[in-house]
Amino acid sequence: MPHDHDFPRPPHPYVLLGLGALAGAVGVALYQQRTRNRVGYRPPDSAPGRVSRRGRQDEFAVVGRTVTINAPRSELYAFWRDFTNLPKFMENVKDVAVAGELTRWTVPSPMGEVRLETRVVNDKDGEQIAWHSTDASEIETRGKVMFRDAPAGRGTEVEALIAYVPPYGELGRWVAKAFQAEPALQGRRDLKRLKMLFETGEIATNHNRKTA
Amino acid sequence: MRALTWQGKHDVRVETVPDPEIVNPRDAILKVTSTAICGSDLHLYDGVIPGMMSGDILGHEFMGEVVEAGPKSTLKKGQRVVVPFTISCGKCFFCEKQLYSACDNSNPADKQDLTEPLYGHALSALFGYSHLTGGYPGGQAEYVRVPFSDVGPIVIPDGLEDDKVLFLSDILPTGWMAAENADIEEGDVVAVWGCGPVGLFAIQSALAMGAGKVIAIDEYPTRLDLARKLGAEVIDFKQTHVLEALMEMSGGFGPDAVIDAVGMEAHGFAPDTILDNIKQNVGMGADSAHALREAILAVRKGGRISIPGVYGGFLDKFPLGAVMEKGVQIRTGQTHVQKYLKELLHKIGEGEIDTTFLISHRLPLEEAARGYENFRYKQNEWTKVVLKPGTEATA
Repeated sequence: MPHDHDFPRPPHPYVLLGLGALAGAVGVALYQQRTRNRVGYRPPDSAPGRVSRRGRQDEFAVVGRTVTINAPRSELYAFWRDFTNLPKFMENVKDVAVAGELTRWTVPSPMGEVRLETRVVNDKDGEQIAWHSTDASEIETRGKVMFRDAPAGRGTEVEALIAYVPPYGELGRWVAKAFQAEPALQGRRDLKRLKMLFETGEIATNHNRKTA
Repeated sequence: MRALTWQGKHDVRVETVPDPEIVNPRDAILKVTSTAICGSDLHLYDGVIPGMMSGDILGHEFMGEVVEAGPKSTLKKGQRVVVPFTISCGKCFFCEKQLYSACDNSNPADKQDLTEPLYGHALSALFGYSHLTGGYPGGQAEYVRVPFSDVGPIVIPDGLEDDKVLFLSDILPTGWMAAENADIEEGDVVAVWGCGPVGLFAIQSALAMGAGKVIAIDEYPTRLDLARKLGAEVIDFKQTHVLEALMEMSGGFGPDAVIDAVGMEAHGFAPDTILDNIKQNVGMGADSAHALREAILAVRKGGRISIPGVYGGFLDKFPLGAVMEKGVQIRTGQTHVQKYLKELLHKIGEGEIDTTFLISHRLPLEEAARGYENFRYKQNEWTKVVLKPGTEATA
């Protein structure tokens, strides 16, 4: 019978039976998950909001990270408060210029160089520094860095938070991620470099020569 | 300089690459005098460790002479040093607790992104062992840059030749820590899977720590013979049922402690190995772990499992039930080399430990590729290969 397969044949009844049983089992499991041990209201827990399972509430993307650095709180605060130190460990910040109340940042990005201008809005000696972007800034952003004594003499917990309106929205955020210029990724690496600088006096590199 | 570079699965070549220089203040540059091929280099050779890039310089067991020291290095030009394969800053929480292989600061920040999602925490750096652990150029080369040279390297006194101390870089402390992780008590029966260099040093160490009987498991007669010479009883898994043998050889008790010195590329004709290997070959990232599964079933109730063998991914058919129901402990980890160097160098100096028996072949660096191939495919004869940069090729 050479033409046996010219037309699609209906599936064998056993196949249909098997698929039906599988769908039934999945359905029962889903139903049980929704109905058993159900919790109606969940009060807020102790974790920071940025790790919430729910998406963000407004146009701001919030990124943040905590790292423990084996160094005194006052030294870390003082180092950070002098914003011209920041390019020493922030790989994505080309230049920082301080002019009175204002700080001007030059940040290369996938869409060309971006200029930010920020103003310190909260400054507690040894505890926290917070800043907002001004109207002159090309990106709307707010940031905060907090310093707390770590338990058991482990040094200082440094927590940095950055809220920003991603240029071109969520799409822009993905593009930035692809170019490794997204604030969450940059912030994570920058804090690790700050830790290296304070704990070891240098920033680890696998380069075999000064000029790569 | 000339250096052994990784080009792909089963493809390593000695090539000319730029000389290293001092980059950070704590760096030192060594002229490599001896460097060995490690069993774990074979995982790279076989392409089962992710994060390798073509051109990466391999080698994490090496020693040499200091030719340049950065301003913050404690080393001096002309000193002979052995370098631990683990790169450790000496200042972070982990280094201060002597958990050197868990160092927080040695792996460059961008490379830490690779292992953080995979393992939950970023790994520390190792020499010449993929970009997961930093992508640092290794020591199978004429010269090598040693970061944090004030913490890692140990200065070797004159009169102790390279062959006697080279293995301080990895396999001797690894074997020692494997035995330490087995919490050996006086008179214990200890079973060791794998009579490669780490397994053999674990046997040596276990006996030194008071084990009453060590049973070594392998299939290669030469390696089993080395184990026997160290004082172990041996099982050839190609001719004997291992689990039954271990029960009979321990009075029906099971070994008090077991050591898996095989790792993720276990072989042998067993159904789980075949399944693991199929998954590895289609890139499903499963580790082959027949030895570990067998060790877990073999260990006595309340016993101890030590895993110096390297694993990198996920494990199927892990007998967690046996672990829990028998109440056994598992201890493992990359070796905290720096913690053991002084003690082991002293034992070598006093003649208490001799590791030179292991070396089966010495080759010029130029013949490194031949060394890899034979170490991989002639395991019976090639037990350990030491490369000597700067010596003439024989062929």
